[in-house]
Amino acid sequence: MPNVLVYAETRGGQPRKVTFEALTAARQLADQVGGEVHAVVAGPGVDALAASFGEHGADVVIACAHDTLAHYQPDVATALMAARARAGDYRAILFSASAQGKDLAPRVAARLRTTLASDVTSLSLQGEAMVVTHPGYTGKVIQTLKLVASPALVSLRPGAVAAAKQPKAGRLESAGVPELPAARVTTTETVLGDTKKLDLGEAPVIISGGRGLKAAEHFKLVEDLAAAFGNAAVGATRAVTDEGWRPHADQIGQTGRLVSPDLYVAVGISGAIQHLAGMRTSRCIVAINKDKEAPIFKVADYGIVGDVFEVVPALTAAITAAKQGG
Amino acid sequence: MKIAVCIKRVPEMDGTFRIAASGAAVDEAGLKFDMSDFDGYAVEAALQMTEKLGAGEVHVISLGPDIVQETLRKALSMGCARATQLKCDAVPYDPFAIATALAAELQGGGYDLVLFGKMSIDSANGAVGFMVAELLGLPMVHGCSKLEVAGGQGTARREIEGGGELMTFALPAVVSIDEGIARPRYPSLKGIMAAKKKPLDVKPAQLGPVALTVERMELPAARPPGRIIGEGAAVVPELVRLLQAEAKVL
Ligand SMILES: Cc1cc2nc3c(=O)[nH]c(=O)nc-3n(C[C@H](O)[C@H](O)[C@H](O)COP(=O)(O)OP(=O)(O)OC[C@H]3O[C@@H](n4cnc5c(N)ncnc54)[C@H](O)[C@@H]3O)c2cc1C
Ligand SMILES: Nc1ncnc2c1ncn2[C@@H]1O[C@H](COP(=O)(O)O)[C@@H](O)[C@H]1O
Repeated sequence: MPNVLVYAETRGGQPRKVTFEALTAARQLADQVGGEVHAVVAGPGVDALAASFGEHGADVVIACAHDTLAHYQPDVATALMAARARAGDYRAILFSASAQGKDLAPRVAARLRTTLASDVTSLSLQGEAMVVTHPGYTGKVIQTLKLVASPALVSLRPGAVAAAKQPKAGRLESAGVPELPAARVTTTETVLGDTKKLDLGEAPVIISGGRGLKAAEHFKLVEDLAAAFGNAAVGATRAVTDEGWRPHADQIGQTGRLVSPDLYVAVGISGAIQHLAGMRTSRCIVAINKDKEAPIFKVADYGIVGDVFEVVPALTAAITAAKQGG
Repeated sequence: MKIAVCIKRVPEMDGTFRIAASGAAVDEAGLKFDMSDFDGYAVEAALQMTEKLGAGEVHVISLGPDIVQETLRKALSMGCARATQLKCDAVPYDPFAIATALAAELQGGGYDLVLFGKMSIDSANGAVGFMVAELLGLPMVHGCSKLEVAGGQGTARREIEGGGELMTFALPAVVSIDEGIARPRYPSLKGIMAAKKKPLDVKPAQLGPVALTVERMELPAARPPGRIIGEGAAVVPELVRLLQAEAKVL
């Protein structure tokens, strides 16, 4: 039976939203070909997650619960996925196009001596082919790609498919302890920003600050607004990361993160083409800038011409009130 | 220290994009081309490492039709020692097809390090480097913003969601480069003159099978034109109303 395999990503022992999205997409494909969804998950205690994966459409959950797998290790995860891919009859293998999934998917593809469609925003099986869409040229062009391979390997852009509950058995199988390849790359230190912080790729709201904020300490304004929303992450322009006001990981744009939240609030950002490349596909864009000619207003659904030091605190107060009211 | 850097020729992104008559490619007329952004950072990183060590050389490789020689010459004029064009009529979209050809060229080349850009700015896949590493059986560290080598060991910092990771690895290895290393240098006039005499080899690309192809390209639906709703803090209540009632994002 042609099945669909999913790499079920976890963080801190918890399933991620992107994993439910990948399972939802896998369920649709599996139903199309009359097959099952199998999810591979690795890490200590992951057995406990089988039920939540089952709820989102997994027929079988293959758990590799080993203490040494608490952190993502590319060589181990590649070996695990490739072994499973070879053992089953898989029509498709899905990854999330998260940092981890983007690292793993091409390794698994090459280990299986096949190719990969990366960061897709839609996917469907059409006969022999898997047809996907993928934004290229920094989102300026939408490409429809045809992948003729079985299994067809695909990484799915976070947020592209809405996670839905489709309860299935979620039958737990143990992957056993695989033979762990010796680590070739050693992580000596993880320098985390604020670990409680929402990731830019997953946050429904992003508040992003530019040079208009004038100094690192004024990012407090942006953080307060994000806190008022409660479900917001903080981003920045390259002008800001170059100044060292925010870490490079926060940069949005052509050479930073590509994001597509429901709401993007640009605070003191001019809207250079390289910045727009990273956020122009956001569903709703709000811009606050004192220069009414700033290019950011060309893409803003709602623009406010004004001083960020005046408008942002007022907005923070209004959002706080709105959230309490509703 | 022998370093190879794989570089791709891509259109500059600030141009206006149109779809070619075929419906499956961008119309190149009017676009300017250059080395893909992250590949430029990779070339710079490689040059700085050999300069710091005072030894070794940097080779650049590009797969594509003859026009990629322009991009290779630019890398030579920045200071790379040797260039190789893996010649094919057109660059296939399929990352595994490209990776197979690059790996065949790199295999047995005696490189301590093979560098890639984090992703090419046109395909936006970030796949080829990983695939080459896998085909060569080498360790791969992706998205490095700092990279140093000493005594057969590499150390790198890579950017992850919400932070960074410091890693060590044994050479030879494959590394892909994120922004943050150092801005690529501009070729000096002297560099441009010197580049004319540097070796640029042309070899047929031994492409892998092509299983992934572009069927269609479209421009994304245009955003509705921007709208300024007013000035100053006084319009904040109106903004909140619109976010709730119209955009429904609150
Ligand atoms: C190859 C390349 C890649 C690049 N990649 C990226 C990228 O990935 N991401 C990115 O962001 N940039 C990138 N850039 C840089 C980009 O071109 C811009 O320089 C940058 O985005 C500008 O950042 P900014 O809007 O914060 O600053 P500025 O352009 O300086 O804009 C500041 C804005 O703040 C406004 N302002 C000032 N004071 C106030 C106030 N008190 N109240 C309200 N508004 C105020 C001003 O009117 C102005 O519009 C790249 C550039 C190149 C060449
Ligand atoms: N045609 C090519 N020639 C040389 N290097 C390439 C080519 N295509 C991709 N690469 C390298 O692979 C990296 C990742 O490309 P991609 O997988 O397309 O995002 C690029 O940054 C380059 O370093």
